[in-house]
Amino acid sequence: MAKYLLLKHYRGAPAAVNDVRMDQWTPEEISAHVQYMNDFAAKLEQTGEFVDAQALSAEGTWVRFDGEGRPPVTDGPFAETKDLIAGWMAIDVDSYARALELAGELSAAPGAGGKPIHEWLELRPFLTEHSTSTE
Amino acid sequence: MDEVLLRSLTPGVLTVLGRRGADFAAAEDAVQDALVEALRVWPADPPRDPRGWLVTVAWRRFLDATRADTARRRREDVVVEEPVPGPVSAVDDTLQLYFLCAHPSLTPSSAVALTLRAVGGLTTRQIAQAYLVPEATMAQRISRAKRTVSGVRFDAPGDVATVLRVLYLVFNEGYSGEVDLVAEAIRLTRQLATTIDHPEVAGLLALMLLTAARRPARTARDGSLVPLAEQDRSRWDTAAVTEGVAVLQAALARDRLGEYQAQAAIAALHADARTAAETDWVQIVEWYDELVRLTGSPVVRLNRAVAVGEADGPRAGLAALAELDDALPRHAAVAAYLHERDGDLATAARLYVEAARKAADLAERDHLTRRAARLNARRTG
Repeated sequence: MAKYLLLKHYRGAPAAVNDVRMDQWTPEEISAHVQYMNDFAAKLEQTGEFVDAQALSAEGTWVRFDGEGRPPVTDGPFAETKDLIAGWMAIDVDSYARALELAGELSAAPGAGGKPIHEWLELRPFLTEHSTSTE
Repeated sequence: MDEVLLRSLTPGVLTVLGRRGADFAAAEDAVQDALVEALRVWPADPPRDPRGWLVTVAWRRFLDATRADTARRRREDVVVEEPVPGPVSAVDDTLQLYFLCAHPSLTPSSAVALTLRAVGGLTTRQIAQAYLVPEATMAQRISRAKRTVSGVRFDAPGDVATVLRVLYLVFNEGYSGEVDLVAEAIRLTRQLATTIDHPEVAGLLALMLLTAARRPARTARDGSLVPLAEQDRSRWDTAAVTEGVAVLQAALARDRLGEYQAQAAIAALHADARTAAETDWVQIVEWYDELVRLTGSPVVRLNRAVAVGEADGPRAGLAALAELDDALPRHAAVAAYLHERDGDLATAARLYVEAARKAADLAERDHLTRRAARLNARRTG
């Protein structure tokens, strides 16, 4: 088994095929999309491949240490930051091929016009713990 | 097995151990062990006297732990084995337990966790699941909380307001998991109301009942949020409404108004309207004025702006909104709604998108996006 992270981006990913902002969809299309995502997660729970899924707010802040005894410096959101993560799903699957298959399925979630979004998702393998047999 | 019965026995068992001389932290651990054991054993072998069973098992666990502890630390003061019944009634002890678990020295998340475990009788696993954190994290949070209150005298009088805040927090954060935290918050508030005669405790119980009554109508079949005005009111829980109104009326008759009673009064006015159009917004605005007077809270002022918009028209609502800081949570959502009512659909749609970007929960975000989508579709289609 290997764990993978499926990352969805608010921005920073290449443009989707069906690239229409959600507030330009019909309310029914939004409902269909949400339903698809929920069904997808429920199916993975059934197959024993689901680990976690979370959505992130589009609003965030950059923070860094500014020296002993000083409050951290905060800034942003920076307009020049190209990448903005919208959420993730962690899966635990038997093979890379299976991970690709699931990512493809998630990318096919319906969008404007009820057609698949063909959204680019980022698939990232987890670095595993030091395994027993590695010398 | 009746898990709620099991939970309701927890504070009583805990106070028995306390009266026998056990300190709070150790007694609480022992009761938790007994609860976990009961959950394991009772389904196949239910005891005839559940409370007696819990006391026996918890006391044995406590003695085992204390003996191990004593041997390790070679302590001189040995705990008496024989029960020493105290003169204090169990009711008073339960109230003290509420105070202790909501002690002002605790952070809100610690107070919530400790209350759910020591007063509510939930297991660490159930609490962890409800708040979506690992069980080990929740276990640490609870043991740190117990260390924090270890110096607090068990018989010191507490502040009801802090207890109510903790219970309201439990009620409001209705996360998933096997335990329904909304029902649990109502149960704990109801139990508190039987131990102390206080109009704000009754006010909070009424507020919870009246709010929870709307729950069956709050979510559509597809999981999306249904706003109050669009809810199918025939799906409201009439038994909860009836009880909530009765509890509230009794509290208001005492003439010691507080913020929970005022909020409950607003919820009762909504419950009273058979359709959204029949809502008595003028009276609701008056109750919001009381709430502003009682709390001075900017969030209350924000909600008041919505009520003003309904009572005196969207322009009046927008005027009330203009006095408030637009950094307030949900400010954009309220502005969007008032502009929509005012017929300015372009501004409303833009503000709904902004509100969705700032939304703190997923259902609300999707709801606001849908509102924007509906307006955009109407404008272009």
